[in-house]
Amino acid sequence: MSMVFALAGNQNCGKTTLFNQLTGSHQHVGNFPGVTVERKEGQIKDHPGCEVVDLPGIYSLSPYTAEEIVTRDFLMNEHPDAIINIVDATNIERNLYLTLQLMELQVPMVLALNMMDEVTRSGGSIDVLALARELGIDVVPIVASKGEGVHELVDRTIAAAQEKRVPRKLDFCTGEVHRAIHSISHIIEDHAVRAHIPLRFAATKLVEGDELIFQALGIHEGDKEIIRHIVSDMEQALGTDREAALADMRYDYITALREQAVVKPQATAEQQRSLKIDQVLTHKYFAIPIFLGVMLLVFWLTFSVIGGRLSDWMGVGIEQLTGAVSGALQSAHVSPVLQSLIVDGIFAGVGSVLSFLPIIVVLFFFLSMLEDSGYMARVAFVMDSLLRKIGLSGRSFVPMLIGFGCSVPAIMATRTLPGERDKRMTILLIPFMSCSAKLPIYAVFSAAFFPQNTALFMMGLYVLGIVTGIGAGFLLKNTVFRGNPVPFVMELPAYRLPGLQSTMLHMWQKAKDFIVKAFTIIFLASIAVWFLQNLDFGFNMVTDGSRSMLAALGRFLAPVFRPLGFGNWQSVAALITGLCAKETVVSTFIQLTGAAGTSGLAAALPGLFSPLQAVSFVVFTLLYMPCVAAMAAVRREMGSGLKALGLMAFQTSVAWLMAFLVYTVGLALGF
Amino acid sequence: MTLDQLPLGQSAVVTAVGGQGALRRRLLDMGITPKTEVLMRKKAPLGDPVEICLRGYELTLRLEDARSIEIRRVEK
Repeated sequence: MSMVFALAGNQNCGKTTLFNQLTGSHQHVGNFPGVTVERKEGQIKDHPGCEVVDLPGIYSLSPYTAEEIVTRDFLMNEHPDAIINIVDATNIERNLYLTLQLMELQVPMVLALNMMDEVTRSGGSIDVLALARELGIDVVPIVASKGEGVHELVDRTIAAAQEKRVPRKLDFCTGEVHRAIHSISHIIEDHAVRAHIPLRFAATKLVEGDELIFQALGIHEGDKEIIRHIVSDMEQALGTDREAALADMRYDYITALREQAVVKPQATAEQQRSLKIDQVLTHKYFAIPIFLGVMLLVFWLTFSVIGGRLSDWMGVGIEQLTGAVSGALQSAHVSPVLQSLIVDGIFAGVGSVLSFLPIIVVLFFFLSMLEDSGYMARVAFVMDSLLRKIGLSGRSFVPMLIGFGCSVPAIMATRTLPGERDKRMTILLIPFMSCSAKLPIYAVFSAAFFPQNTALFMMGLYVLGIVTGIGAGFLLKNTVFRGNPVPFVMELPAYRLPGLQSTMLHMWQKAKDFIVKAFTIIFLASIAVWFLQNLDFGFNMVTDGSRSMLAALGRFLAPVFRPLGFGNWQSVAALITGLCAKETVVSTFIQLTGAAGTSGLAAALPGLFSPLQAVSFVVFTLLYMPCVAAMAAVRREMGSGLKALGLMAFQTSVAWLMAFLVYTVGLALGF
Repeated sequence: MTLDQLPLGQSAVVTAVGGQGALRRRLLDMGITPKTEVLMRKKAPLGDPVEICLRGYELTLRLEDARSIEIRRVEK
């Protein structure tokens, strides 16, 4: 027996927790076709053959967001055997709004009433039987975080699917709307059967004016005209418009149902506690300092205390492994060329990126805690007014902030943003936030050219990155991303202790993502760079760096950079190797100048650059296209290689322009 | 009056929801429908957006969007 269940519900109702309870660690994560909305599926524990698909958290089946559209498409086209609709019992009114729409799809359905413990603990109660009777579907009270009621939920869902028990057709509509739905049902009956769309759902959506359903049904102009008449008659009789009429009616029905089945105290203990916490965390004066404090703590713990230390250990481990492999290769008399490829190319390249893994895992541990606790929603609330000016919302703030640590997790963190537009625009701006891998470059240039003003030099670079990001934001908002942003109308969920299981699973998924990347794209990039660095065009090993393909490529591209002041091939070669990982720029310079370490390089650099040229070079380094690891993350999150290439071109053009500006203005000012 | 003018700590009943397209639909879907009681909870530190309480939960929206929601004050 094989069955597919769809898990649907609002955001913040414990859907992910339930999904983890249902599937354990048997999950696979992908995207819905054509969009970057995450699609998670897994087999239900102890029920081989029963798959559950975790649909995105949505509030309605309207046709406005990608999340809502993929949910509709999945439910209508992939015909799941049953829907598990998870509902937050502490917030039952708004949650049932989606339930009513899901019921219209006429798919067997079970309602999982989550967080029932919180309701009863604060003196409330929900008459589960009355709810089940009214809706005509099974209702199972559960506590997803503790796994309570999950077995029964699965059993009831399987039973509902086997019996093909579809929800009752609710007659919650009053006179006019009811009449409109009926008349439209008659007109479109054949269309709906042909298009395999549940009639009631289709008719309701047409009353709401849903263009996508009009198209899916293939209704011709004549019938469309009749439907338009029916609807406008309804609007006139009701004195309100189509969308408001239906929303209003669903909520009226829910209010009546709530009065019948729910005894609820003013607010649950958790909700009252949240209000108290918010008196501090979103306080008029303390909110922003507290937020900065939290982020500083997260960064400090990630980059120096935990992640940094683990990274160092991992680096040492990789070094020793590299040493061992190198020794083994030597004693096996493998040709020196192959040895160099494996040791200097693959191990060094993949290893340097892989040593970032602990940082990414630790960062995601904290981010996932902040997200699940409900704090991220508050951050969006507090920071919204800053980001609105560049056409984004407060929700983009945290991913951008993470960009200062590393673009890879920052880009991965955009996954939680609603709407393709906001997601893409945030991804485009993240690389302007100077990542930590660029610090060694700034450090060595500052030591070489501005040893007296290190702090100012560093500060200036960070500020320049941010200012360029803001400028780029304005530019994008008024050109490519002129479309409507996702409305910033967002729930502030009650604070809850994050579950360890969810956090761990989340970390593991991000780690897996990164490891796959390290062994595919970064692996190939490392090999490519090794070839460029060590071979000439006759594919002979070179001992002199200036005769390598990389040097030739550097000389070939140098004219492009001459207007920026650094037309020497060494700089261009360093920029190319910097694509593997930005800190490689430093090691390439060391190799090409034959300097002894970074201190030697600081002494050697003034031979290659004037101070102004150095500034221009660093500005370009700050802003040009991100490293391959980040590009791989971009490709994945944007769901398209072409768009990733677009980002590459955009970033590099901006970098060129800014460096050109710096150099030209600098020259004019007599530097 | 409109929702953006509601003073902190005051309650009101929604009388009409204006706006259009995705925004309007979103407001309706989130439960801001006529006859719904809303409480102005707080303003964000930078003055915008605002936090309101309705149907037993907390919702944040921008002042600009709150302007399209017509309300009638209720004394408590």
